[in-house]
Amino acid sequence: MLRDAVRVLADERIAPRAAEIDRTAEFPWDVKELLASHDILGLPFPVEYGGLGGELLTVALAVEQISRVCATSGLILAVQELGALPLLIAGSDEQKQRWFPDLAAGKTLIAFALTEAEAGSDAASTRTRAVRDGDDWIIDGSKRFISQGSVADLIAVFATTETGEETPRHRRMTCFIVEKGTSGFGVERIEHKMGIRGSPTAELSFNGVRVPDASRVGAPGEGFGIAMRTLDRSRPGIAAQAVGIAQGALDVAARYANERRQFGHPIAEFQMIQAMLADMDAGTEAARQLLYKACTEIEAGSPDTARWSAMCKLVAGDNAMRVTTDAVQVLGGYGYIDEFPVERMMRDAKITQLYEGTQQIQRLVIARALAGRVG
Amino acid sequence: MQIVVLVKPVPDTASSGERLRPDGRLDRAAVPAVVNANDEYALEAALKLVEAHGGEVTIVSMAPSAGSDTMRKALAMGATRGVLVTDDDLAGADHVSTVRVLAAALVGLEYDLVLAGADTSDGQGGVVGAGVAVLAELPLLSYATKIEPDTDAGTVRVRRISPTGYDVLESAMPALVVCTQALGEPRYPSLKGIMAARSKEIVTKSLADLGLDPESVGGAVATTALVGSEAPPARAATRVVRDTPDAAAKELVAFLAERRII
Repeated sequence: MLRDAVRVLADERIAPRAAEIDRTAEFPWDVKELLASHDILGLPFPVEYGGLGGELLTVALAVEQISRVCATSGLILAVQELGALPLLIAGSDEQKQRWFPDLAAGKTLIAFALTEAEAGSDAASTRTRAVRDGDDWIIDGSKRFISQGSVADLIAVFATTETGEETPRHRRMTCFIVEKGTSGFGVERIEHKMGIRGSPTAELSFNGVRVPDASRVGAPGEGFGIAMRTLDRSRPGIAAQAVGIAQGALDVAARYANERRQFGHPIAEFQMIQAMLADMDAGTEAARQLLYKACTEIEAGSPDTARWSAMCKLVAGDNAMRVTTDAVQVLGGYGYIDEFPVERMMRDAKITQLYEGTQQIQRLVIARALAGRVG
Repeated sequence: MQIVVLVKPVPDTASSGERLRPDGRLDRAAVPAVVNANDEYALEAALKLVEAHGGEVTIVSMAPSAGSDTMRKALAMGATRGVLVTDDDLAGADHVSTVRVLAAALVGLEYDLVLAGADTSDGQGGVVGAGVAVLAELPLLSYATKIEPDTDAGTVRVRRISPTGYDVLESAMPALVVCTQALGEPRYPSLKGIMAARSKEIVTKSLADLGLDPESVGGAVATTALVGSEAPPARAATRVVRDTPDAAAKELVAFLAERRII
């Protein structure tokens, strides 16, 4: 029922905007308002803080349905969840009371700032520093490739606080919430991207940004652990985006194949087209079922959370890339031009193989879980 | 105030597919179920009344056990709880059985008003609301376009559609009101409503729970039987005129004149 409600909204209100959002590469504030007014942005937040208390699967269903018509719009919800996860995982009741009601209502947006120019897959090599100064912390450094970093009101930022050589690499980071207007915080630039063009990806700078200790999330040195647990729970959101993109491309390709006539027949009657469509459908359904299973396993507190999370993003991201590429193929020349949405979907699909850990990192996570099991 | 709304899960009229089994009964598994459209109008009216006067809405359905899925949709719109009467012996029930069961289901419920839709898209009898009013000994206010309860006086006024406009009827509460679509468009369930509906209570009752003899209701004692069903014959190809209004009008006039219709 929830999926159907989001689907109708996506089809009627978001789909007509998708091409324009991609062309203008401007953040769709109207879609953000639409999601807020329908309580969709409240899905990931607990009921006691004004949210709807949706489980991982519920959020995934919503991200999937929106991404089916517009990957940029689906990402608005996925990033709202991503940015809020450090607080959900390690935030104090006071912090949740302070920030969640507005986030759940969609009045404010939150971004997740871990990646740096020189710290991508190797997140522990973060150079952004935070130094204690009385009751405050002073943050210096910069973050890159931060989804919605320029439109967010709050940034969950990860900075190195423990510098001693004796501290293990994974115990050096701490998480802070930085509010947009804080002095010293700036948006340096917005990247020009191949896909998800309406979602601004920002480089953020922190020059002596002073935050109170009350804005520290979790204990000093716990940041890396919080970031990893965040990604374990957020990757299904990206997998959901990927499943949605794939389904959207498949829908367009199947409809086109039934309508397009060559040699006196709809091309859907040709076996080479049929084989492509069948593989696209089977692959997408397999990715979807793995995603749903991963969501319920993670929600149930599976000790294998990292593995489920990595597997669903790996499978769904690769499937989305394959399916959208084949959708362009089914449409032929029409697939390559912007008269049809599949070329946009193909560009959008690529990001699902890159962010929240590249596919190579997902394989690393899975292989480590496997090794741990065997050992 | 406490309001009961009679809600029936019916086959989705928007879905295609064979609906009847060879024995003439509805194949409920073959077609997705929805809340009967006229019942949604009654539910909307009930929700507006409790929003204005306070209180709760209880929905009552007689359906196979899968009917609870459809009832969730009504709960997502804002009803407080549901009562589902379900029993294998009810398969093939006619209007008389339905009236008996629903009237029995009202016993023990607390209510000021019972609202019913004008008819259902599958049964199409249009008598269940009136029948329940008779068996439950409730005043019947039919064809309502407006419902105005006076909770202090314990009365309700209803505007009833008449050939010339409307009549104003008044009765004591509790009363049964048969609703019309003029009461206002039903709302879409909000996401909040959908999430909340997941944990709302649906009480399931059998014929035994209602103290009804299985011999007295259901298909075995149905007074009518469906003996045939025909789809309308396929129409000839339709010509669609797509042009500017002036040009399209000229073409339509020429088409009609050609056939000496005008």
